[in-house]
Amino acid sequence: MTSLVIAEHDNASIRPATLNTVTAASQCGGDVHVLVAGLNAAAAAQAAAQIAGVAKVIHVEGEQFAHGLAENMAAQVIALASSYSHLLFPATASGKNIAPRVAALLDVGQISDITKVDAVDTFERPIYAGNAIAIVQSLDATKVITVRTTGFDAAASTGGSASVDVVTGVADSGKSAFVGSEIAKSDRPELTAAKIIVSGGRALGSSEKFDEVLTPLADKLGAALGASRAAVDAGYAPNDWQVGQTGKIVAPQLYVAIGISGAIQHLAGMKDSKVIVAINKDGEAPIFGVADYGLEADLFTAVPELIAAL
Amino acid sequence: MKVLVPVKRVVDYNVKVRVKSDGSGVDIANVKMSMNPFDEIAIEEAVRLKEKGVATEVIAVSCGVLQCQETLRTAMAIGADRAILVETAEELQPLAVAKLLKALVDKEQPQLVILGKQAIDDDCNQTGQMLAALLGWGQATFASKVEVADGVARVTREVDGGLETLSLTLPAIITTDLRLNEPRYVTLPNIMKAKKKQLDNVKPADLGVDVAPRIKTLKVSEPPKRSAGIKVADVAALVDKLKNEAKVI
Repeated sequence: MTSLVIAEHDNASIRPATLNTVTAASQCGGDVHVLVAGLNAAAAAQAAAQIAGVAKVIHVEGEQFAHGLAENMAAQVIALASSYSHLLFPATASGKNIAPRVAALLDVGQISDITKVDAVDTFERPIYAGNAIAIVQSLDATKVITVRTTGFDAAASTGGSASVDVVTGVADSGKSAFVGSEIAKSDRPELTAAKIIVSGGRALGSSEKFDEVLTPLADKLGAALGASRAAVDAGYAPNDWQVGQTGKIVAPQLYVAIGISGAIQHLAGMKDSKVIVAINKDGEAPIFGVADYGLEADLFTAVPELIAAL
Repeated sequence: MKVLVPVKRVVDYNVKVRVKSDGSGVDIANVKMSMNPFDEIAIEEAVRLKEKGVATEVIAVSCGVLQCQETLRTAMAIGADRAILVETAEELQPLAVAKLLKALVDKEQPQLVILGKQAIDDDCNQTGQMLAALLGWGQATFASKVEVADGVARVTREVDGGLETLSLTLPAIITTDLRLNEPRYVTLPNIMKAKKKQLDNVKPADLGVDVAPRIKTLKVSEPPKRSAGIKVADVAALVDKLKNEAKVI
């Protein structure tokens, strides 16, 4: 029994979600191998080899893997799949894009977003926006899994000494092509890996206010910025800042919800945070039902005060 | 160009479901059911493609119990031309649905299938990608913008950290994210019109598909409750709690 973790990386380094996925893989029993498929990704492959608990890294190079296209990535995983009992992807935009394609090609069901490994074939996963937890058993020989990163500790990124095998990649499918991307450059921590998140809702009122009020607080705390769906829909914050059932799932040490009422879909994305602070004018807002510390106040006066007091 | 849009009947997004006391699942008896919100966006996008003259026919499909007909009528009220129900009372998992849809795609020969990225009940986020794999088609998931011209779909996708644009050779699969469009309100005249549109009924066996589940649910339970904490009087009290009690800053 051996597990293969499909690494998420930027060719130079391994993204943190990969580390949580390695931990989930190690709980499935047996050795853990990591696939690094990319372009000029030798540094990422070396970084993967340092992860504690990884026995082998499979490094695949090629232009066809430069942008993580699902068709090519899935074909590459299929080429390797026969040696593995478990194929695990982080439940990120990239992992969710590729994993079901692999499962269908193998004619197996996929277990999405696992938060716990109960046995080699039995896993826990949230359903209905986290309002219920299902314990599910895979009846297939190969388990294709996406891992909710907040459910597992990150494996140590150093201390391992895995071998790196370079393998020839599958050919380009030609079915899709990368045109371009707009990835915001930011010095802030990644939302899903941040220790502190400052998150804003519709009460901010405009994108200017969102930035003016929340950015200094995030700077002071060294926090990532997040948003509720309402704030994103209103155009106050970029799409990829959305925290919730169908956006990012986060579990930082401290989550500061500012002007967020707390719809169940939003709570689904952040209620596993260690400490939750809510600042809201409406004392009846559902967010206070999950907050460790609630401050019933006008955010436009409370947040500047908070910045001054830190 | 035909466009196929699968739609799922799910518990309405405003309903907070309850776990059954015997742990066999969640109680969906007598709760409000609606079209999965992402599927509504998918239908809207397909109808807009038709209004632009890019698509010629929009076919809505649903797999499940007889009541999914209501969901299909809603899809036709938004603007789908006709609908197909794959009727079964069996539990359907994403792989089974993808196989049913593949059989319908083989029959109907659409150039584009637009699906919601995930259903808000099982939160799987699988069916579109699985269908793409079974058909051997390209895929663009989590779409926030779609342009179709000259046999190519140019799709902007929501990815971690921002946006990405892909170019797909048709036929292809697209799955929708929240910001792709804002579905129109269904008007009464359109609801009336939808009642007269064609709705065919087939069974999984007619399509030659085995829908047996691959994943067995052993138990469903309530998540650990997070209890409400305290309200603090002012900012100074909040900072004190965070520094000295929670020790997170």
